[in-house]
Amino acid sequence: MSAIGTTRQIPDRLDNPLRSLVFSWEALLVAVAVAIFIVNSLASPYFLDVWSLSDLTFNFTEKGLIALAMALLIISGEIDLSVAAIIALASTLMGMAAVAGVGTPGLVLIGVGVGIACGAFNGFLVTGLGLPSIVVTIGTMSLFRGIAFIILGDQAYNSYPASFAFFGQGYVWWVISFELVLFLVAAVIYGFVLHKTSFGRRVFSIGNNPIASHFTGVRVARTKFILFCLTGLMAGIASVLITSRLGSTRPSIAQGYELEVITMVVLGGVSILGGAGSILGVVLAALIMGMVTFGLGLLNVPGIVMSIFIGLLLILVIALPILWKRLSRRRIA
Amino acid sequence: MNATADIIKPHAVLPDAQPLLTLKGVTKTFPGVRALHNVSLSLYPGQVTALIGENGAGKSTLVKTMTGIYQPDGGEIAVDGKVVALNGAHDAFAQGITAIHQETVLFDDLSVAENIFLGHAPRTGLGLIDWRTMRAKSRAVLNGMGAGHIGPDDRLKDLGIANKHLVAVARALSIDARIVILDEPTAALSAKEIEDLMMLIEHLRAEGKAILFISHKFDEIYRIADRYTVFRDGEMVGEGMLAGTPQNDIVRMMVGRAVDQIFPVRDSQPGDVVLSVKGLSHPTEFDDISFDLRKGEILGFYGLVGAGRSEVMQAIFGTTQTSAGTMTLDGKAVAPKSAAEAIESGVVYVPEERGKQGVIIGMPIFKNVSLPSLRKTSKNGVLQLAEEFSLARQYTQRLDLRAASLSQDVGTLSGGNQQKVVIAKWLATSPKVIILDEPTKGIDIGSKAAVHGFMAELVAQGLSVIMVSSELPEIMGMSDRVVVMREGRVAAVLDNKDLSAETLVRTAAGIAA
Repeated sequence: MSAIGTTRQIPDRLDNPLRSLVFSWEALLVAVAVAIFIVNSLASPYFLDVWSLSDLTFNFTEKGLIALAMALLIISGEIDLSVAAIIALASTLMGMAAVAGVGTPGLVLIGVGVGIACGAFNGFLVTGLGLPSIVVTIGTMSLFRGIAFIILGDQAYNSYPASFAFFGQGYVWWVISFELVLFLVAAVIYGFVLHKTSFGRRVFSIGNNPIASHFTGVRVARTKFILFCLTGLMAGIASVLITSRLGSTRPSIAQGYELEVITMVVLGGVSILGGAGSILGVVLAALIMGMVTFGLGLLNVPGIVMSIFIGLLLILVIALPILWKRLSRRRIA
Repeated sequence: MNATADIIKPHAVLPDAQPLLTLKGVTKTFPGVRALHNVSLSLYPGQVTALIGENGAGKSTLVKTMTGIYQPDGGEIAVDGKVVALNGAHDAFAQGITAIHQETVLFDDLSVAENIFLGHAPRTGLGLIDWRTMRAKSRAVLNGMGAGHIGPDDRLKDLGIANKHLVAVARALSIDARIVILDEPTAALSAKEIEDLMMLIEHLRAEGKAILFISHKFDEIYRIADRYTVFRDGEMVGEGMLAGTPQNDIVRMMVGRAVDQIFPVRDSQPGDVVLSVKGLSHPTEFDDISFDLRKGEILGFYGLVGAGRSEVMQAIFGTTQTSAGTMTLDGKAVAPKSAAEAIESGVVYVPEERGKQGVIIGMPIFKNVSLPSLRKTSKNGVLQLAEEFSLARQYTQRLDLRAASLSQDVGTLSGGNQQKVVIAKWLATSPKVIILDEPTKGIDIGSKAAVHGFMAELVAQGLSVIMVSSELPEIMGMSDRVVVMREGRVAAVLDNKDLSAETLVRTAAGIAA
């Protein structure tokens, strides 16, 4: 019986990896990024300047950091809409601590710790109680920001120590900001975890079929819980960066960030239904979103128009792959 | 029990009565499966015809063909002697054909009256629903069938399964159905509820309806039916008046064929006990399950659908919780709380629902195979693709997998090849016990033989196999011993020497020899 198989060898793969790279979503994103870069430099004379380009990076680093973890969460079939509210709560508690005289290391610990705690709370409600993440995180979105509003009212905290400013305003070398370096390092780490480790493989398997994954011995609930904690952690880090960059905390801080983060993730090619996506795509999408909003800002386009633009972009990137599939199916039929 | 059969039914209609519904030479083929072949069937007014057959004999396909859900590839269906085309449920409805299923297909959030009159509600002059007439008519229908305890305004979801059946029957009466199909209606009912349903069927019979009654339970069949029709492998193999036909004749018709598939010849010498299960119980699904599995043994699990076999297997695999009982593996007590723990201890499970619980569609073959062995194929949590490919190749080729490449999406494979991927993924974990739940259900003959051959090879190498199957030839051709389950309990553990198909079917259905 076992002799049968030896007659024919099944190859590892058929398509040339180089060929599939050229026709990938990531390749398309690179082309789009180049096009937007060219359009931006033609549209505004101020765009092609090293400091201008350096400023540009601040448009996506904070949201991009959250998008890295959010990508893993969405690939696993869950979502977290409370990330912007976590930023607000973490920033508020850091502000309180700063007023009480806590130093910079303590403030960072508080910001990151609050982020992890909020993520763990989301994770517990979803995996421990079996509630749908979209409902849980809509709830905690109101809850976390609500607490920030109760603590702050219409006040603002702005008595942060001087050394705290480095995270959001400091430069590592010349025009290279601390935020950009942090984002790139985190992107490499997340890319490695998602694509090169067994943990990442399990994230994909859960997103494709949580039941079969469970039946194959994958600890589905535990993995999802970790992903919620990671998303909370990244929101906490983003909170430190934003608070440090602005030097003040209002309860409305980072309002609407969750939509931009999710748009980045989906534009990056992550399937909103879970099971597919890449970190490279998310990084490219973060860059594109940053360039577009920065370009529109240079042209003095008001914020509300930008929000319309992001809404349309989100619908478009979700609809495009579906329409594309429907179209190609019709051609076959 | 034969005494019941000898009672002459007062409603037995004259043999020359005209059939209400006739199927002639009906054939229905699905890709790779011939579900119905040249089937003929007649239903007579005022008579209950029992449809009898093993799982997979083609009963549900027949019901779907009669109710317009499937269109036959050949043959004709005639109502009142006139050939009709049933292109959809609506046509069957118009011909007065209605089916009541094991799980009713009614609307939980609507009222009883709405369920009864959905699609044919009485209207007022303005075209609005005439609620008053609808309620009154519902009450009349329910009272008329002795179900006055159900109110027209009750929500369906508040009713028990038995009362839902009654509503379904009321619906059949309200549309003036003349042909009523009852598809295993007693499966979820208590003894008292079954008796009520029997009375109702007698009531329908007295009104001159032609009734097709599908059941696995012989006592019910002999209690209610006038005629019988036996199906096997999609063909009608016997029919007649039930009175005077002994049960054994019918059982023989059901199993009929000799073990005609070729199974590998094995020289099995089971060794020590590997897995010992004692008193395993579940709050609702199974009770007091005990058996031993020996090294190098294939232990078959036979029973009717719903006997609790899969639930027992999932409890052993840690995916269903138990309320009592103990298990030992190689003499050590085990109590897996998750699949991960069971796999760790060396017990793996090939589920019946391959697409849902077995393969991960959307992922390539090699990733499916390596998923439970990632700890083995990775270094400090870092994936080693070369290791994964070689592991996947080693085990899929042993099973003679037919695929273009190992990076192919597992969803593009045929059912048989998907099953090979599931088995390959478990073999790669070097298990002690492999549980196969309906391992060859819905797969082609060639893959079936490959799976059977492979099972023989595994036990020869000292693995122990539990095989849940509803296919008699498979149970008889592969098992060393057979555990027969009935209604959540072990009915018997039989040695597969000189074991007859009749004995198996009788034990599973609870018929005394």
